[in-house]
Amino acid sequence: MIEFDRVSFSYPQRPVLREVSLTLSEKRIGIIGGNGSGKSTLARLVNGLVVPTRGTVAVNGHDTRRGLDRVRRTVGFVFQDPDLQIIMPTVAEDLAFSLRPLKLPKAEVARLVEAQLDRHGLLAHRDHPAHLLSGGQKQLLAIASVLITGPSVLVMDEPTTLLDLRNRRAVMRLVEGLPQQVLLVTHDLETLEGFDRVVVIDDGRVVADASPAEAIGAYRALVG
Amino acid sequence: MRAKDLALIALFTALMCVLGLAPRIQLPLLPAPFTTQTLGVMLAGGILGWKRGTLSMLLFVLLVAIGAPVLVGGLGGFGMLLGPTGGFIWAYPLGALVTGLLVERWWIRLNAVSAFIACFVGGALAVYVIGQPWLIVASAKLTLAQGWWSWVVYLPGDILKAVVAALVIITVKRAYPLITPRVDRPFTDDPAAGHPTGDQPGLKTLGGDPRL
Amino acid sequence: MLSLHVPGHSLVHRLPAGAKLLTILVFGTFAFFVDSLVVLGSCVGVVAAAYLVARVPPARAWQLLRGVLAMVALIVLAQGFLGDWTTAAQVGLRVLAVVLLANLVTLTTAQTALVDAVVWAAGPLRRVGVDPDRIGLMIALVFRFIPVIAEEASKVREAHAARGVRPGLFGLGVSYLAPLVIRTLRMADGLGEALEVRGVGTRPAPPDRPAKVPF
Repeated sequence: MIEFDRVSFSYPQRPVLREVSLTLSEKRIGIIGGNGSGKSTLARLVNGLVVPTRGTVAVNGHDTRRGLDRVRRTVGFVFQDPDLQIIMPTVAEDLAFSLRPLKLPKAEVARLVEAQLDRHGLLAHRDHPAHLLSGGQKQLLAIASVLITGPSVLVMDEPTTLLDLRNRRAVMRLVEGLPQQVLLVTHDLETLEGFDRVVVIDDGRVVADASPAEAIGAYRALVG
Repeated sequence: MRAKDLALIALFTALMCVLGLAPRIQLPLLPAPFTTQTLGVMLAGGILGWKRGTLSMLLFVLLVAIGAPVLVGGLGGFGMLLGPTGGFIWAYPLGALVTGLLVERWWIRLNAVSAFIACFVGGALAVYVIGQPWLIVASAKLTLAQGWWSWVVYLPGDILKAVVAALVIITVKRAYPLITPRVDRPFTDDPAAGHPTGDQPGLKTLGGDPRL
Repeated sequence: MLSLHVPGHSLVHRLPAGAKLLTILVFGTFAFFVDSLVVLGSCVGVVAAAYLVARVPPARAWQLLRGVLAMVALIVLAQGFLGDWTTAAQVGLRVLAVVLLANLVTLTTAQTALVDAVVWAAGPLRRVGVDPDRIGLMIALVFRFIPVIAEEASKVREAHAARGVRPGLFGLGVSYLAPLVIRTLRMADGLGEALEVRGVGTRPAPPDRPAKVPF
C-alpha cells in the first residue's frame, strides 16, 4: 500500500509535482506521461530518494521521511540505466553487495547469490565482469540485485527504455511472474497490458487514473 | 559523506585512469613527454572542489600502490611510487587540494585567468614542491645544485595543461556546477552560477530550497 | 580485475601481503642509508635472485621496470658527468634495488590481498570516522567504472568524428574533455542514487530542513 497525501515537490523555481494524492494498493500499477511530467520524481518519492517539499508519502504505513530505513527495506528500485546500477566489478560480487547491510553469514550469502543467478539464467556469468554482459543481461542483473534482498514493493523507472524488443519481453516476463507489488514508470505503452491500474501524469498533476486501455486512451488524446 | 559524493570521487578517479590510457605524447619543441594525467589533478580540484578532489587523488595513489596499471603507459605498482619520479605521484592529492581551495575561493568571479592560476599553482607548482626534492634527495640522493632546476623542462607542458584545464573548468562551471562558493555572499547573485534544469534529481542539493 | 599481478605458487607468491609491504619499507630505509657499492650491489643481487625464485616472466618484469629506467639512466649520467662516477653508481644501484623489489611485490601479490592489507592498515582510521571497508568499496567502484568511462570517451570521440571536427590543441580541452567530464558528472547522479538505494552513504538533509544557509 503506497499513499501520497497532497504531495508537492519542486526544484528551485520549477514545480515538479503539484498536490498529488493517490492511494495505490493494486498489484500492477503503471505510470505514464511525457518527459519532464514528473513521473520519475513520483517513483523516486516512493522509496525516499527524494522527499516531498509538502505533503507526505507512506509505504505500508511508514512515512518516507521518518521511517526511511524501513521504507528502503520494503521498496526495491530499478533504474533506467543498468550500467549505473551495477556497482561491483563482477556479477556475483554485485549480487553479494546488496546483502552487505544485512550482515548475513558467508555461506548464506553464497547460497542466496547462487539462487538468484540461477533464477535469472546468469550462472554461467558468475565471475564475469559486469561490463561484458549484454544490455539485457545487465538489466536482469540490476533487477536481480534488487530482488535478492526480498523487497515487497518494486519501483521501476523506465527499465525497458534502453532495451531491444527481445530483452523488453524478457524483462516484462520476469515482472509478470513477481509476487511483489510493482510500480512501473514507462514510455513503453504495450508493456502495460494486463496491469490493474494506470496513472497518467501531466505537468505535475494526475490527469487520468483508470484501467490500462482507458488511461492510455486519455494519454493519446492528451498528446493529440 | 553522501552517496553522491562517493560516486563523484570514484567516477573522477576512474576518469583519471582513463586519461592515463592516452598514449604519452611527445610534443615538438618540448623536452619532457606530455602526459595527460596531471590534467586530471587540476580537473579534480577545480571541478569537485578541494575535499572531494583530494580524496579522489588519494584513491588514485592507492590504486597505483596496489598495482593497478593506471599510470600513463600502463604502469603502476609500489615501484613507481618509490622510484625517482614517485614524488610527483605522491603530490597529486596536494595538487588537487591547492587547485580546489583556490577555485572555491574565486568561484563567483572565476574566469579563464583565475582558473589558469589555480590550475598552475596546484597542478604544477604544488606537484614540483614535492616531486622535485623527492627526485633530488629521497630516492636519488643527488648532491647537484643543477638538479634543482631540472623541473623547468616540465614548464611548457604544464602551462599548456593548465590552460586546457582552466577552459574545461569554466565550461563545466557553466554547464554543471558542483562547488558551493566559500565566500559570504548569496550565490544566487551570479547568473553564471545558475543551475541547469532538467529531470536531474541529484541537482536538488545544488540550489537548495526555493523558499530560502 | 585490472592488475599487474602474475599468478603463481612460488615461495614469494605465498608470503602474506602485509609482510611483503613491510619488507619494502625496511629494505628501502636500509638502502637509503647505505653507501657501500658492495652492499648495494648485493642488494640488487638478492632481489634479482628473488625474481628467479618467483619465476616471473622476464617480459613482464621488464615492462614494469622500463617505466623508471629512463629516469634512472638520466640521473646516473647527470651525476656521473657533473659529479663523480662512484656516487653515480651508488645512486643507480640504490634506486634499482628498491624499485625492483617493489615491482616484485606488485607482480607476485594478488590485488585482493593488497586491498585487504590496505583495509587492515586503515583500521586505526576508524577513530577519525573513516570506514576502512568503504576504501575497499571505492576501489571496486573505480575498477567497475573505468571501462564505462572509457566507453564514454570513445562516444565523445565518435560524436566529433560524426561532425567532421578535428579540434586543435586548446579546442581539445573544451570540445573533448569538457563533454567527457560532464558525462562523468551526470553518471555520478545516477550512481549516487544507486548507491543510496543499496544502503551506502549518509542521507542528504531533507529539503525542508536546509543544512547550510549560504548567507
